[in-house]
Amino acid sequence: MTARERVAGTVANYVDERTGAAKWMKKNLNKVFPDHWSFLLGEIALYSFIILLLSGTFLTFWFDPSQREVVYEGSYEPLNGIEMSAAYASTLHISFEVRGGLLMRQIHHWAALLFMVAIVVHLLRVYFTGAFRKPREFNWIIGVGLLTLGIVEGFLGYSLPDDLLSGTGVRIAQAIIQALPVVGSYLSFFAFGGEFPGEAFIPRIYTVHVLLLPGIFLALITVHLMLVWYQKHTQYPGPGRTEKNVVGYPLFPVYMAKAGGFFFIVFGVTAFLSAVASINPVWLYGPYTPGQVSAGSQPDWYMGWLDGLVRMAPPIETHAFGHTISWNILIPGLIIPGIMFTGLALYPFIESWISGDKREHHILDRPRNVPNRTALGAMALTFTIVALLNGGNDIIATTFNLTINQMMWFSRIGILVLPPIAFVVTKRLCLSLQRADRDLVLHGRETGTLMRMPSGEFVEIHEPISAEKAWTLTQHEQPVPLELEDTDARGVRRPGAIKNKLRNRMSRAHAVAVPKVSAQDLKEIEHH
Amino acid sequence: MKYLSRYRRHRAAAPILLLFALFAIGTTFSVASATTTPEQSEFSRSTAIEEGREIFLKGCSSCHGLNLEGSAIAPSLLGVGAASVDFQVGTGRMPVADLSVQIMRKPPVYDEKEVAALAVYVASLAPGPEIPTDASLNYERDGSTAEGGELFRTNCAMCHNFAAQGGALTQGKYAPTLMGVEAKYIAEAMTTGPQSMPVFSDKTLTPEEKLSIIKWVKAVEAEPALGGASLGRVGPVTEGLLVWTLGIGLLIGVAVWLAMKAR
Repeated sequence: MTARERVAGTVANYVDERTGAAKWMKKNLNKVFPDHWSFLLGEIALYSFIILLLSGTFLTFWFDPSQREVVYEGSYEPLNGIEMSAAYASTLHISFEVRGGLLMRQIHHWAALLFMVAIVVHLLRVYFTGAFRKPREFNWIIGVGLLTLGIVEGFLGYSLPDDLLSGTGVRIAQAIIQALPVVGSYLSFFAFGGEFPGEAFIPRIYTVHVLLLPGIFLALITVHLMLVWYQKHTQYPGPGRTEKNVVGYPLFPVYMAKAGGFFFIVFGVTAFLSAVASINPVWLYGPYTPGQVSAGSQPDWYMGWLDGLVRMAPPIETHAFGHTISWNILIPGLIIPGIMFTGLALYPFIESWISGDKREHHILDRPRNVPNRTALGAMALTFTIVALLNGGNDIIATTFNLTINQMMWFSRIGILVLPPIAFVVTKRLCLSLQRADRDLVLHGRETGTLMRMPSGEFVEIHEPISAEKAWTLTQHEQPVPLELEDTDARGVRRPGAIKNKLRNRMSRAHAVAVPKVSAQDLKEIEHH
Repeated sequence: MKYLSRYRRHRAAAPILLLFALFAIGTTFSVASATTTPEQSEFSRSTAIEEGREIFLKGCSSCHGLNLEGSAIAPSLLGVGAASVDFQVGTGRMPVADLSVQIMRKPPVYDEKEVAALAVYVASLAPGPEIPTDASLNYERDGSTAEGGELFRTNCAMCHNFAAQGGALTQGKYAPTLMGVEAKYIAEAMTTGPQSMPVFSDKTLTPEEKLSIIKWVKAVEAEPALGGASLGRVGPVTEGLLVWTLGIGLLIGVAVWLAMKAR
């Protein structure tokens, strides 16, 4: 034993005798995580969140969350002598006078955009691989909660600098609040402490943005990760991987090194973006006053789909009993998002109700093997993308020589027509891919080598695929549709017959599949 | 060729070929669609008005009428003033090439002298706003940048965007960018209100206020891209595009690399 080892041992022993950490560490540091790039998407979100906490803390040192009016006397000449809120003036101060302030602001904003991108991409991975199935439904709901809170948190951050763009966004948010029937105007007065814009809003959302929501985030992220820890990570199908094991690397040292290194890479990419690309140039927007608005006022991308829905809504209002109901804001601003997020949160339960599958799953699905789910995801994604595109309709129109009206009609029709098309096309594609898998297992890989037979005929040589690959392509279960009887054993109609019929039909649609290769099939093909 | 064909089944072969193809198509397109500026023809007449009348009769009267009275497709030019002629012809909007949606700025057909002659001729028949002189356009001396920005955001930004980059209007019309537009033309556009633009008379915006607006526009034009590439100064749309392409693209690339097994 060298001197160095002796010292290390003494220190470790000292700590262990007082904390009992050794046993716990031994167990947990050896915990195995499967290795796949798509499992790192959630980590991007986690690391962006850490970057947000660090850069956000820096910004709070100088940001003044107040709508008190001040006259700007800073170093940005085009705004000199202009009246503005202290919030806006301090944002300019951070940008132009605080050392590294502009970089930090840009890091904070790019990290926020990246945080939301990573959440969405992670959600898509979880959805399309079926990782939300039992026992992970709660974690799925927590994830949907994080996504929703992320949108709110991002929007509040976008609103804080009190520039012309933020103020315009807040004004639209106020319109959405007011669109709530009956309570809308009361809620608006409550939120703004009186008339819009008032002096209360920025200080209030500041507390929510830097204290309340980050606290909730921390709690939810902790539970999210603890559940992953406790339930163990899912893994992609492959030889040696079962529902009862996890194949991968131990947390220490391999995974810890990879994950730790990845944090610095995420930080690096965020800092790189912030160093080379300007984001939210508040000094160009000018201070917010309700009398001004800019062409091309947009929210950040994670709200863009919502803005797109509002932009495409036809102007429908009803007046009844002295109340106006603005359907053109209520439907796209509250009802449709409400349906979308409720559907998203409840999806694990809906799918298990349709398929009747109540078992635990730790092996992920290949998206093609569950055509209905994949198609449904493609449909929802298409809906959101059409809405998002319409959120930038004016920029797209001027960039590509289109008219705003064409964009609007494309979106209005597209949002109804394209998602069903996406559903059908995706479902067919999945089935085709299943068929291709089947061919691959049965006939092997096309080598690209042509052989000329003595008869003059050309044939392409196929090479059998490896046993491992064949296993991966055939390990999935063949779904069995539910067959709920209309009548019980005595021939009496069961209650809920219509519901059962519907469930049977949905279950049949969910279970559509190309039959996978069986041992029988392989034997047969060996004969010829 | 043997060397190349060894790699044709390489994983990266398809993406690299795609990149090559895109690059080739883009280059071909940009070369093929390159335009040349039209040659300017020479005119010379003794008096400006006579010269202007000649040009008008040849180039403008078929739509605007022999006596500037206008027609079904073109407005009367009586009283539009020299400023309007200078703006429309000087920026190449007139004579018009395409009447479909909006008359666009293009390389001018007439040279400076001819434009001046046309302007004098049109103004000689009925008075209207004058072309601002160089002395009256000394925005550097007479304007205030900050006040100009305030006025711009109140009066102009709703169409021309917060940084004067232009924006979309209805039915394919648009407010053009003000980047690279000469001070004279900005002043003339405010006074004469071409196409969809409202007229800002000297009562709405005093001459000093107009100069302030011009000064602010010029300041924005000259302002370096603070904080990195400006991304077009059109707001969050391009930021979202960048984060969804370069941002997450880089990180997914790294994730794939991290998860790769040693071969």
